[in-house]
Amino acid sequence: MTPDNLTPEAASGATAPEQRQDESSGLKGLTPKAKKQRLDRLAELAAVHADEKGRSLWAEAFRRVRKNPAAVIGAIVLLLFVLVAIIGPFLVPYSPTSTAWADQVKEGQNIIPGPSSEHWFGLDHNGRDEFSRVIVGARQTLLVGVVATSLGLLVGCLLGGLAGSAYALGGRRGRQVDNAIMRVVDMLLAMPSLLLAVSVAALLGPSLITVMIAVGVISVPVFARLLRGSMIAQGHAEYVTAATALGVRRGRIALGHVLPNSLAPVLVQATLTLATAIIEAAALSFLGLGNPDPAVPEWGVMLTDALTRLEVAPRLTIYPAVGIIITAFGFTLLGEAMREALDPKLRK
Amino acid sequence: MFRYIVRRLLQLIPTLLGLSLILFLWLHRLPGGPETAILGERGTPETRAQLRHDLGLDQPLWVQYGRFMKRMFTGDLGVSINTHRPVVTEFMERFPGTVELTVSALIIAIGLGIPLGYLAARKRGGLLDYSSVAGSLLGVCVPIFVLAYLIKEVFAVKLGWFPSAGRQDVAIDATRVTNFYVLDGILTGEWDAAADALKHLVLPAVTLATIPLAIIVRMTRASVLEVLGEDYVRTAQAKGLTERTVRGRHIMRNALLPVVTTIGLLTGGLLSGAVLTETVYAFTGIGQFIAESIDHRDYPVLMGFIMFVAIIYVTVNLLVDVAYGVIDPRVRVR
Repeated sequence: MTPDNLTPEAASGATAPEQRQDESSGLKGLTPKAKKQRLDRLAELAAVHADEKGRSLWAEAFRRVRKNPAAVIGAIVLLLFVLVAIIGPFLVPYSPTSTAWADQVKEGQNIIPGPSSEHWFGLDHNGRDEFSRVIVGARQTLLVGVVATSLGLLVGCLLGGLAGSAYALGGRRGRQVDNAIMRVVDMLLAMPSLLLAVSVAALLGPSLITVMIAVGVISVPVFARLLRGSMIAQGHAEYVTAATALGVRRGRIALGHVLPNSLAPVLVQATLTLATAIIEAAALSFLGLGNPDPAVPEWGVMLTDALTRLEVAPRLTIYPAVGIIITAFGFTLLGEAMREALDPKLRK
Repeated sequence: MFRYIVRRLLQLIPTLLGLSLILFLWLHRLPGGPETAILGERGTPETRAQLRHDLGLDQPLWVQYGRFMKRMFTGDLGVSINTHRPVVTEFMERFPGTVELTVSALIIAIGLGIPLGYLAARKRGGLLDYSSVAGSLLGVCVPIFVLAYLIKEVFAVKLGWFPSAGRQDVAIDATRVTNFYVLDGILTGEWDAAADALKHLVLPAVTLATIPLAIIVRMTRASVLEVLGEDYVRTAQAKGLTERTVRGRHIMRNALLPVVTTIGLLTGGLLSGAVLTETVYAFTGIGQFIAESIDHRDYPVLMGFIMFVAIIYVTVNLLVDVAYGVIDPRVRVR
């Protein structure tokens, strides 16, 4: 509804013919007084509008998240992680792949030099600077997590959105479409996540892209189920009935009305999925399905290499492990806080 | 109740059929096709062509799928490329170990998780509440193979309290009846064998239990909190029922429903975790075998395992739904 329709003149039906003509072209041709009246009325309407709106779901959720100390800690951890991942690689003291100090490492005698003023985290088993590797590895880890989650989010929302809107708005045929899609989704859901990832990884051969796709596939059924459920719940909302009554096309109701209102739980899940994505990627590395390119340090691969040397140099395990745990914890804290903030049952 | 179970069983058929189709296509799309999977890198073009013909790979896809399904139904999952033994035989030998491991992990997770979650909810905002929530959030963030290595390093290597690898000491000459080592020991009365197998189970089971424990604690806490706010709990307390009755009949019976569902959904995660845990502890169950098969690109084994796991998963969830029907009579009607 445009504010034009709500001007007193229009409402009372007392608009002069010449004024009505001008309605489409805005305020042109109106007498100054009428113009002023209309503008005042518009401002008034806008004010009333803003007032009635109160706080939106998101603004309210944001306020609640900010008040939650766990969320603040999570957000700070993530901010640091993202900063390190983006800026860190430009500031590292050495190249993460340089094996210039390989002569100091004697694996046969179990000698891997530890931290020193030159190498803050010591050297790794190939004589590379561990500190530089951990920092550069953060970028790789963030990249895998974000790309994998986005992939799962995209495909999952496509499937779930289609099923959800078909069910909510499509009548009997829609329910059949929904049923067909959800059967496939349920099948994916029935597979243990790691095995799903392993099957994808086996299909595509080991590479960085494979890891991202494999980890992304795991979350597809989760996002699909979530969005579908959320959309079906929204399908009963009054605004859907209102939009239908106004003759809005079903495609537009689904995309413009139901979908934006259904996204909240999906975005919360995406935050939580970022945590699992990082852990699953590490598990894939552990099973030998990780990124085979040794030129790019990645926490999962570093961890796997280090675990076999736990006796000799436990610190090599600790750095990437702590990195993964803290990052995943940050995402989990923030995600859980967001979930709580958006849960209507816990509000107030 | 019977009709409910039958209906649920019928609903499984399309899911399993679809899964088999996906697996069939997956095996087909693998780089090099099934003949590479069987011959490995050794095959010459002639042997490949011969094998393609022998396997019927030159026939239409739907004919192949039909044969694939027939083999599935007769319990033939092919032969492992790595060990050259039937996949089903390998599974049957190793499955008991994984069952012992996952069931022990579940017992630990449920036995600790439900009381902890309940107490955390009852003492909301207290120390126990905060620590169990923080602990459960942190618990799911630790990669399980890292945890496995750390626990092994501390309790097996450094302290020497528990054995670090295997399911039973090789020096023990135990009689095998069911391949469930603990059960075998009890059945045959070889108590030292049973005790030793149990000792070998402790560390892997504790490791595997962490993530389910974290999830169960959080789920129980949230669920109990919700029920505590219900009118019927207040009514029950107001009419002077004992704490015990209120807890057992009013709070827990209602709060446990979502927890039971969650436990069913944990099966998949437990089996994934078993692959990692068993590898670290050299525990000869299916999980370790699968990790080896991934290493060797042993596709028949992987495919068989996925089908196998899917069947377990849907069966467990069927049982959960049935349990749900028992706990909550309302479910049966729907």
